[in-house]
Amino acid sequence: MTEDSDAMVSLTMEDDAAPAAAGSAADTDAAPRMRMRARDVNVFYADKQALFDVDIDLALNKVTALIGPSGCGKSTFLRCLNRMNDIIDICRVTGSITLDDRDIYGRDIDVVQLRARVGMVFQKPNPFPKSIYENVAYGPRIHGLARKGRELDEVVEQSLRRAGLFDEVSDRLQQPGTSLSGGQQQRLCIARAIAISPEVILMDEPCSALDPIATAKVEELIDELRQHYTIAIVTHNMQQAARVSQFTAFFHLGELVEFEATEQIFTNPHDQRTQDYITGRFG
Amino acid sequence: MQLTILLIAILALAVIGLYFGRRRALSAAGSNLGKLHSMPGYHGWYVALWCGIPSGIVLVVWLIIETPILEALLLSTLGPVVAEQSEAMIGLLLNDVRNLASGDVVSREVDPALQAAADRYASMKATAQAAVLAIGLAVGGAGFGWAWRRIAPSLRARNKVERFVNIALILSSCVAIVTTIGIVLSVLFESIRFFSIIPFWDFLFGLKWSPQTAIRADQVGSTGAFGAIPLFTGTLMITLIAMLVALPVGLFAAIYMAEFASPRFRNVTKPILEILAGVPTVVYGFFAALVVAPTFRGIGESIGLDVASESALAAGVVMGIMIIPFISSLSDDAIVAVPNSLREGSLAMGATKSETVVKVILPAALHGIVAACLLAVSRAIGETMIVVMAAGLAANLTANPLDAVTTVTVQIVTLLVGDQEFDSAKTLAAFALGLMLFVVTLALNIFALHIARKYREQYD
Amino acid sequence: MTDIAEPRLAGAWQDADWTKRRLRRRYRAERRFKAYGLVAVFVALGFLALLIGSVIVEGYPAFVRTSVALEVDFDPKVLGVGEAPTAEELQRADYGKLLREAVFAAFPEVTSRKERRKLLKLVSTAARFELRELLVDDPSIVGTTRRVWLTASSDVDMLNKGSAPRDVPEDERRLDDQQLGWIDTLHAAGFVETGFNGAFFTNADSREPEIAGIGGAIAGSFYMLLVTLVLTFPIGVTAAIYLEEFAPKNRVTDMIEVNINNLAAVPSIVFGLLGLAVFINLFHLPRSAPIVGGLTLTLMTLPTIIIAARSALKAVPPSIREGAYGVGASPIQMVFHHVLPLATPGILTGTIIGMARALGETAPLLMIGMVAFIVDIPGSPFDPATALPVQIFLWADSPERGFVEKVSAAILVLLAFLIAMNAVAIYLRRRFEVRF
Repeated sequence: MTEDSDAMVSLTMEDDAAPAAAGSAADTDAAPRMRMRARDVNVFYADKQALFDVDIDLALNKVTALIGPSGCGKSTFLRCLNRMNDIIDICRVTGSITLDDRDIYGRDIDVVQLRARVGMVFQKPNPFPKSIYENVAYGPRIHGLARKGRELDEVVEQSLRRAGLFDEVSDRLQQPGTSLSGGQQQRLCIARAIAISPEVILMDEPCSALDPIATAKVEELIDELRQHYTIAIVTHNMQQAARVSQFTAFFHLGELVEFEATEQIFTNPHDQRTQDYITGRFG
Repeated sequence: MQLTILLIAILALAVIGLYFGRRRALSAAGSNLGKLHSMPGYHGWYVALWCGIPSGIVLVVWLIIETPILEALLLSTLGPVVAEQSEAMIGLLLNDVRNLASGDVVSREVDPALQAAADRYASMKATAQAAVLAIGLAVGGAGFGWAWRRIAPSLRARNKVERFVNIALILSSCVAIVTTIGIVLSVLFESIRFFSIIPFWDFLFGLKWSPQTAIRADQVGSTGAFGAIPLFTGTLMITLIAMLVALPVGLFAAIYMAEFASPRFRNVTKPILEILAGVPTVVYGFFAALVVAPTFRGIGESIGLDVASESALAAGVVMGIMIIPFISSLSDDAIVAVPNSLREGSLAMGATKSETVVKVILPAALHGIVAACLLAVSRAIGETMIVVMAAGLAANLTANPLDAVTTVTVQIVTLLVGDQEFDSAKTLAAFALGLMLFVVTLALNIFALHIARKYREQYD
Repeated sequence: MTDIAEPRLAGAWQDADWTKRRLRRRYRAERRFKAYGLVAVFVALGFLALLIGSVIVEGYPAFVRTSVALEVDFDPKVLGVGEAPTAEELQRADYGKLLREAVFAAFPEVTSRKERRKLLKLVSTAARFELRELLVDDPSIVGTTRRVWLTASSDVDMLNKGSAPRDVPEDERRLDDQQLGWIDTLHAAGFVETGFNGAFFTNADSREPEIAGIGGAIAGSFYMLLVTLVLTFPIGVTAAIYLEEFAPKNRVTDMIEVNINNLAAVPSIVFGLLGLAVFINLFHLPRSAPIVGGLTLTLMTLPTIIIAARSALKAVPPSIREGAYGVGASPIQMVFHHVLPLATPGILTGTIIGMARALGETAPLLMIGMVAFIVDIPGSPFDPATALPVQIFLWADSPERGFVEKVSAAILVLLAFLIAMNAVAIYLRRRFEVRF
């Protein structure tokens, strides 16, 4: 696919295209195209403000890492991107966030469909109390994306393959998802998320509950998934941000301190606070 | 009453012990309180316990053995007159003597012999009680003296008092066990006696229940049949109807409360629903018998159906209403216990709330909900007042919910309320039914608690 | 990885029409599901409203009662006493005749025996006792004539309060046209009155609905709860203390715990069987006495109270215990001086709720003979008595129409007690609860 074709399909939700195919613009040096844009995002929990005027763009086929000390608002921001904050009654979001240039808080956007297009992976693996197969088939089923039988089997297999889990579980698809190890569970959750072909995947500290070996596997997976999806990842682990991301945003006390290419942030930060954080003075 | 006097005397003695024990400890310590091993108050308690406990034991022992001993004495004075009488007649006679002695009504003409026996009984009782009073006080006094003399600065009064408290605590917690054993023994013994008259399998699988036995041998027409199947089916039918009402309403209400309702709606509605759980069952019984049953009958008449005035339907529906809060609060607990991460995981997939509930939360809470249902069934099976007031007495073997059926609990009440002779199969049958009830509800409860525990482990 | 084809479903999002239709369907299902939930909540609330509503509608007339005024000529000859009767003479005087004469005097035109008998049906048969009370209190009335307000019969009472209809055919009424005429005459003369029915709260049970009251049942319930409270509270609290603070974690403790949980779910009627077999047949305690009821309810309530007390103790943070040990308290001192006072509000709340449940319990009391018809108000826990819920059951079983309103009124009183107890429990919890 070329840049042109990307631009063509990006404008409206109805005729939106699938995620860019493998080996596309991701590896070119041209300025990355933005999939999601956040401008002046403020978040309030009742009277308490949790985020102050955050501007961040998520680039197509890139991994954007959100880092910062705990309580800095990075997870809050992530949850704005698929409107998961809607389920918290006292939470209020202002500013604009667009997905392919359409305001996701706009009236014509349906939150159910938005979440199908912006998938999410959580801190703790949370497989549903169902079989491995049913966990992955959950999304396609509720959105009616595949007919029962071979079509669904195919989707499930494909998603598990993409998540690099298929070979490990192909002989026990009917066993409960909770029977897997922690790392496998997290990859199952990733498979579950990509089974409905989202355009963006949000990951909220996806490795914090995993051991180092499982973490390495998931990080490898993230790098591979980047070729198909736009990814945002919250992490408290700076090495991880450096390893997997192309862009990094540093949050501190609800403010976006710095948003730059990852290399830039880790080698030559502009802000003193960023410098202090990545050198381990606080956090 | 002598025993009340004894009780008061024991308490008074203990209070005096409390005071003097303390004083003696203080004076033994002299000016140097530090010499005492324990605080003076513990010395007081030490004396109080030593005079209260032994005399208390005397009192309790006497309360237990009073009646048997007095009766044995009385029988020995009555001598040959009663020797040839049957055991039941002797029991009746003793009962009359007891009642006459305490001035109650008796079941027969009062002849001089009976009056004399009663007088003798009364005088024996008075003598015995005076003796117990004396013994009790003597024992208490002795304990007082012994403990009082032992008080010295080196006495480890605190440890001794605490050891006593410890034993008392253990005894209290054993009351629950004793209760269970009491239940098992009391229903088991009578049931065994019942099954020696009526074979166990006839009881369990018999199809005919008519417990009216002939009191006199020459009486006709009432041989008594003790086949419990009609009672079991009746109980099951009413339970089933109750669950058909309570399960959908209770479960949907719980889901709505836990997942959809605004906090304000929940804060108002939940306590109101809990009122339903606090309404005494006799009130539900009244509601079933005087409001619901006539209404159902009226509706049945208007559409040409023959609804019995004590239909299983009315009792079942009202029992269902009673169980609604039970199911809804237990299901609510189970739903709330489902980790939030599952809820978020499903919503983040673009599922709607109802899809999340049906496909993720209910399967996750299934164990808890099943446990709630089992407990509810157990509750329905054991529920008494609603069916006593609204269900029938006749044991019909029927599958028609518009007919009258009877239940196990109804029959227990009918068999035991009113005049009863204690050894007949009729009264013993009530205990056999009680045994069935106890075993079934116990099994359901244990099973439910087991499921609930496994479920809790799943998310801990 | 790179050679894996795109999921072929990805294109599904492109089909706008199809997506929109499906989304609409999903939202319809969502709304339907939510509606089911809301309906369920309102069905439950509706049942409650129906239950309480029907009790109130049936019950409130019982709080008033009808009296009829008669000119009573306290003629010593009718009474069969002397001019200046002694107290004993007055006790034994013929008040039935006095009442009859007074009723007949009110309607001198009625002379036939049959009609006169119908006339007597207008006042309660208990009216004669009211006359006796009047004379015993004030013997100087003898020989005078005065207007006396007497309790009307149940039929008149219900007619007057509108509980029994007037406009149905004569043979469907308890009172015939002639009796209605008499009542109207009395009404016109101002001889019929309705007032607050204080006797309902002070009288004991009676065969006559118009003078039956719940005083005896309330006294019975009171003694029973007293016995239950005196026994359950100390036993329950000490058992909870042992299990929560001292019990070693072993199989015996486990067994006790399982036991308590199971006992809490044993049907109450089984406790009744236990009470019958042990307290009455084995220990020969008096049947129908509140002491036996109290003992039975004690065994029934104990598990609830132990469970409540344990959770109250559990809520006291371990830091309190460590603090007490730190200043050299013995385990017993630690519990009684430090932990127990903090847990008291919770324990009291649990106890009150347990007592409320015991108050409403009926089934076990049927087993131990508290269903007897008792016309005296019990004076001690050893006297025969009945309890409030049992009284409700007895009246609900009575065929007389006049008892229906009594049942409902008794239920209202019972519910009032329960609500009051729960309100106290909630108040205690709110007021004294220490949040850790």
